[in-house]
Amino acid sequence: MSDDLKSGRIVIVGASLAGLRAAETLRDEGFVGQLTMVGEERLPPYDRPPLSKQVLLGRVRAEETRLPRRREVDAQWKLGVRATGVDPIDQCVVLANGEELPFDRLLIATGTRARPWPKAEEAALEGVFTLRTAEDAAALAERLDAGPRRVLVIGAGFTGSEIASACRERGLAVTVAERGPAPLIGALGGAFGAFAAKLQLAHGVDLRCGVTVTALNGRDGRLTGAEFSDGSRIEADIAVVALGAVRNTEWLADSGLAAGPRGLACDAGCRAFNMYGIVTDNVFVAGDVARFPHPLFEYQLLSLEHWGNAVAQAEVAAHNMVNPGPQRRPHLSVPAFWSSQFGLNIKSVGVPTFSDHVVIAQGSVEERRLVAVYGYRGRITAAVSVNRAKWLEHYQRLIETAAPFPPEWDGVEPPVSRTPVPSDVPDPKVLSHGPTVALTGHLPDRRLTLKHWGG
Amino acid sequence: MAAADTLFRRITDYANRADPYPLYAELREHGVARQDDGSYLVGTYHEIAELFHDPRVSSDRRNRTVPDDSGEAPGIPVAFIGRDDPEHERLRNMAMRPFGPPHAAERVDSMHGEIAQIAGELIDGLRGRDRIDLVEDFAYPLPVTVICRLLGVPREDEPRFHVWAEAVIAGFDPTPDSDPAERQRTAMQARSAMGEYLGELAESRRGKQSEDMLAAFVNDPGPSGGFTRPELMATSVLLLIAGHETTVNLITNSVLTLLRHPEALELLRDKPELMPRAVEEVLRYEPPVQLLPQRTALTDIEIAGVTIPKGAPLILVLASGNRDPRRFQEPDRFDPTRPDNQHLGFGSGVHSCFGAPLARLEGQIALTALIHRLDGPRLLQDPPEYRRSPVLRGPRHLPLAISGVRD
Repeated sequence: MSDDLKSGRIVIVGASLAGLRAAETLRDEGFVGQLTMVGEERLPPYDRPPLSKQVLLGRVRAEETRLPRRREVDAQWKLGVRATGVDPIDQCVVLANGEELPFDRLLIATGTRARPWPKAEEAALEGVFTLRTAEDAAALAERLDAGPRRVLVIGAGFTGSEIASACRERGLAVTVAERGPAPLIGALGGAFGAFAAKLQLAHGVDLRCGVTVTALNGRDGRLTGAEFSDGSRIEADIAVVALGAVRNTEWLADSGLAAGPRGLACDAGCRAFNMYGIVTDNVFVAGDVARFPHPLFEYQLLSLEHWGNAVAQAEVAAHNMVNPGPQRRPHLSVPAFWSSQFGLNIKSVGVPTFSDHVVIAQGSVEERRLVAVYGYRGRITAAVSVNRAKWLEHYQRLIETAAPFPPEWDGVEPPVSRTPVPSDVPDPKVLSHGPTVALTGHLPDRRLTLKHWGG
Repeated sequence: MAAADTLFRRITDYANRADPYPLYAELREHGVARQDDGSYLVGTYHEIAELFHDPRVSSDRRNRTVPDDSGEAPGIPVAFIGRDDPEHERLRNMAMRPFGPPHAAERVDSMHGEIAQIAGELIDGLRGRDRIDLVEDFAYPLPVTVICRLLGVPREDEPRFHVWAEAVIAGFDPTPDSDPAERQRTAMQARSAMGEYLGELAESRRGKQSEDMLAAFVNDPGPSGGFTRPELMATSVLLLIAGHETTVNLITNSVLTLLRHPEALELLRDKPELMPRAVEEVLRYEPPVQLLPQRTALTDIEIAGVTIPKGAPLILVLASGNRDPRRFQEPDRFDPTRPDNQHLGFGSGVHSCFGAPLARLEGQIALTALIHRLDGPRLLQDPPEYRRSPVLRGPRHLPLAISGVRD
């Protein structure tokens, strides 16, 4: 049986980070069969984190962020073509050009796309951008080069905050509009958001929280400014819509798989569920599009938008695609992500939104160097560092061992206060941008939403 | 089997310098081993890695229950290697400003041609000889010349600062012997003298156009205001000593290891692209820094079932972690193609080796030059005579026979 798994036909839909790393792992693990990679974008796999950082600063060109290859993957590449469906009975992927790709095993790694501005007419104005692809970044960087008088960033999640930071570093005037009470609260909670708000203000950002953008105004097809829900208005030549990501699952609507707006659900071994919650044995999923159960977080299904998760999950999925049951591995890595903005390195391990309280374990808010530890019902569930990323491995271990919260030891750089405060995690519904970490399982104090495709 | 509480005495015993690895295996068997002087020895990979990132572990000896002020010297404070954040970070960032990213990201890479030229000239100088001492003739002068140029120290002053450097290193040699106090006194004097010398050298560059790091320290202090004179002295002493007393061992350990493994040497001759991996494997297999003796527990720390009490000295035996079979497959095999080689040779965490990029580059260039230009190198003494220090471990001399030098 094991030998059968090393041959046959594997199709990977999604040719970005997760897709590429999965392909490399398949070959590393001895898969000698036919491998086909399908990608909607024309570019070969590239790295996205630099797009909102070095590329916008003009230090690296968008075309230069190609992902390094770990090895040859010997695949048939179908780039610039979108997959439109999966036929679960005939076991084939259908492409937009009508082509059908039969498979023995399928990996779905279609990731996410930028949530567009909801009013199509306004979104079409020249000067209105989203930022997800290399093409987006190249176009935006070019416009920033031209020296706009003001940039409006809609949504103060990580991407929006990084865009605002790059603009300020270029000396451009920036307005940030955020529906919630502070930046970054979707991922890190309100207590941390207060810190992020001070940071943006100190860097000269015109930060407007608790407001929504009610209109993007234009003249002759070009953006001229925006109006806010508090009645104020600004002039701006550029607006970047940073309202989070939409999971690319619509193409799976007729596949019979458990796909929806929150992703495609799978088991701990990356095997996709069908719509009845029954695990499939030949359809796997990895990266931003996956929803997977995690024992550290009460087996709730996690949806992540993290670089490291895409790599780790792709490796597990690929391993499990070519190995028989007893040798299969669970995807158990602790979520982690980083950001650089306003001169600071921010890094997170665990799930900060899975918390009720937060406490500074090391360092100082005033001096902008700290480790904040998050707890949920008396155990440590996350840690976020500001310019102190090198300690996080320790906190990751505390998360993995469900260490008691709050931590009570004194270490290097002891904090001024050891009193936990509410972490103030908002209901995702109030956010204008999506959280980068979301728990999508059932919690008694959260209402569940039922979504119907096409209805 | 002898008791685990004397392991550190046996490891530091000069008689075991040539092959400490069986002792390390014994250490790993014992887990975290309390020593008869109250210090704790850690030799397993995962536990060392854990302690590197544990904020309850200090690098500052002042936090020990039995105060230990080795390293202190009149007029010159302890360098950042022996301080904790935020002081450590402030000093290290200032030292990094002219050396690495973000302000000097190209610095190390831009030295490639210069290092290759120095290596080439040293090998040219071996023409006509059939016996060489790899240490005296190559592995020592190469990194000394490099660090002198980088810092802006006159190469001809080497005899002066070499004596000081030897004394400083002897000072933090943790071998329990007859007269540690005398050794430490000599070390302090040497640090002070070396600090004065480097401080004056830096001062002489003030306001002058110069590319070296000492000049940068006084002329481009950056937003944090730059070093005070004593801080500059302490930092410069650290960089000058660490900049060559470790790389000499890296180069010598590499050559010794390759000559003991002719098949690996052949492989590298055929596939020069393996050189970066080969250097990493030497850093795992025969690391130039064998152990770190200066960590201290800030609070009771439980690790691997042992509670290390607050204030107790912690000794991390990197070379033992690098041979831990729970982390590396066939750990005692030298394999220059080894994948997944996250060794402890440069440490990890906030104190991870400041000069690692330079050491890697020097090691790669030195080995490439030696492999391709020395004809028929053979070991004349195996094991060779080792230097005294169990911390910075490497041969004092490595006599080789060679059949010639290629162009």
